[in-house]
Amino acid sequence: MRWLVLVLLGLTLSGCSANWGWYVVDPSTAQGQTNLQFLIGGLWDTIVLSLVAIVISITIGLLVALPGLSTNPWLRSINRVYVEVVRSVPLLVLILWVYYGLPVVAGISIGVFWAGVIALALGDSAFQAEIFRAGIQSVAKGQIEAARSISLSYKDTMLYVILPQAIRRVLPALGNQFVYVLKMSSLVSVIGMQELTRRANELVVSEYRPLEIYTVLVLEYLVLILIVSAGVRWLERRMRADERD
Amino acid sequence: MAKQVISVEKVRKTFGNFRALNDVSLDVASGEKIVVCGPSGSGKSTLIRCINRLETHEAGSIHVDGIELSDKTANQVRREVGMVFQQFNLFPHLTVLRNLTLGPMRVRGLSEKEAEERAMTYLERVRIPEQAEKFPSQLSGGQQQRVAIARSLCMEPRIMLFDEPTSALDPEMIAEVLEVMEGLADSGMTMIVVTHEMGFARRVADRMVFMDKGEIVEVSPPEQFFSNPSSERCKTFLTQILGH
Repeated sequence: MRWLVLVLLGLTLSGCSANWGWYVVDPSTAQGQTNLQFLIGGLWDTIVLSLVAIVISITIGLLVALPGLSTNPWLRSINRVYVEVVRSVPLLVLILWVYYGLPVVAGISIGVFWAGVIALALGDSAFQAEIFRAGIQSVAKGQIEAARSISLSYKDTMLYVILPQAIRRVLPALGNQFVYVLKMSSLVSVIGMQELTRRANELVVSEYRPLEIYTVLVLEYLVLILIVSAGVRWLERRMRADERD
Repeated sequence: MAKQVISVEKVRKTFGNFRALNDVSLDVASGEKIVVCGPSGSGKSTLIRCINRLETHEAGSIHVDGIELSDKTANQVRREVGMVFQQFNLFPHLTVLRNLTLGPMRVRGLSEKEAEERAMTYLERVRIPEQAEKFPSQLSGGQQQRVAIARSLCMEPRIMLFDEPTSALDPEMIAEVLEVMEGLADSGMTMIVVTHEMGFARRVADRMVFMDKGEIVEVSPPEQFFSNPSSERCKTFLTQILGH
């Protein structure tokens, strides 16, 4: 990872003096600064879009995972159908459908932001559901029996005994999904949301410098995702320190 | 004769083709201590797991404190019935204290302070109040099992079930757990204990129950059970476990 950062940095710096055209994003010139600000201005949208989507998708994922663990075959099949159907729609197609199709079906108007959130959250929720199902199943049966024997309700058993243990175990997988959603949020650019990728595209059209501008874009995602990875690792360490087994 | 608190009548339970309990009947009086023994696979664990409905019986009936066990009454009955498991089954993500306060707070509706006071009372009773803030994994097996007993006691049950409580313990830790159980027996708790600790059985049991192949083969007071068992199967079993 470190060498990759160095290579990209080297590329950036060496290009400044050559005839590559790094001037478009050179912060020492007025135009370069304006362009950089325009590109970085998308960070906030990408972050908010991804965060809102991941929170919703975790919620849906959990709600879909629970019937998947039931002994009732009807409830289990609700889980199966949801996971299979949602998982088989490509995310780009889902984004287009939610933005252009859903308003017609539901008779409401949806802005690009919420269309993006809904599509990302739905697309990711099927994976979250599978992650949670596996996580909950990995908690020993004895834990449920112990909770039952002190007559905890189903809700309390889940909330206080099973989920805290399951979430610890699936944390690395949840971190993966967050990275996935962050990256896939670039697809929302196709419906015109001005997040990182859309801004880069727009700048390329006016400046004709795709290499330099897209390199900055790559760096933006890289930094974002390195921060998220570090955050997830920190969370994992903290939770392990709690349990100590 | 004291009042019956548990009445098991012609209970049947199968796992696939395997008949774990075959028309088993057993009455337990209030304050009585029953020790259940028998070879593995004889249905001892299944029997006590049926009594707090961790297993559901297919035929027959089980009454606990006059309430017939069913899916509807399971939670009501479990409030009166504590259970201690072979593998302790403590909640690993919670401290000892939180393990003990969870039930009283969520089920009995105690405040945090009341629940903590109660937890400390029972931790003192199992003689490990100093471990309250530790996590289960930081304790020895014997200490974990005593915490598990305290966790059950915090619900203030009228009946305690023990499913081979010392089988997963290193030998030097068995005594400390049995001592706690004997103290509990002295306090008048109704107990059903599945165990192969025959010394404990001799000291504590009012009646011995011997099971084999899903049936209760013999029920007798310990003196008679150990000196003069009436069935051949029971004799063979006793020679095997006392002989080594």
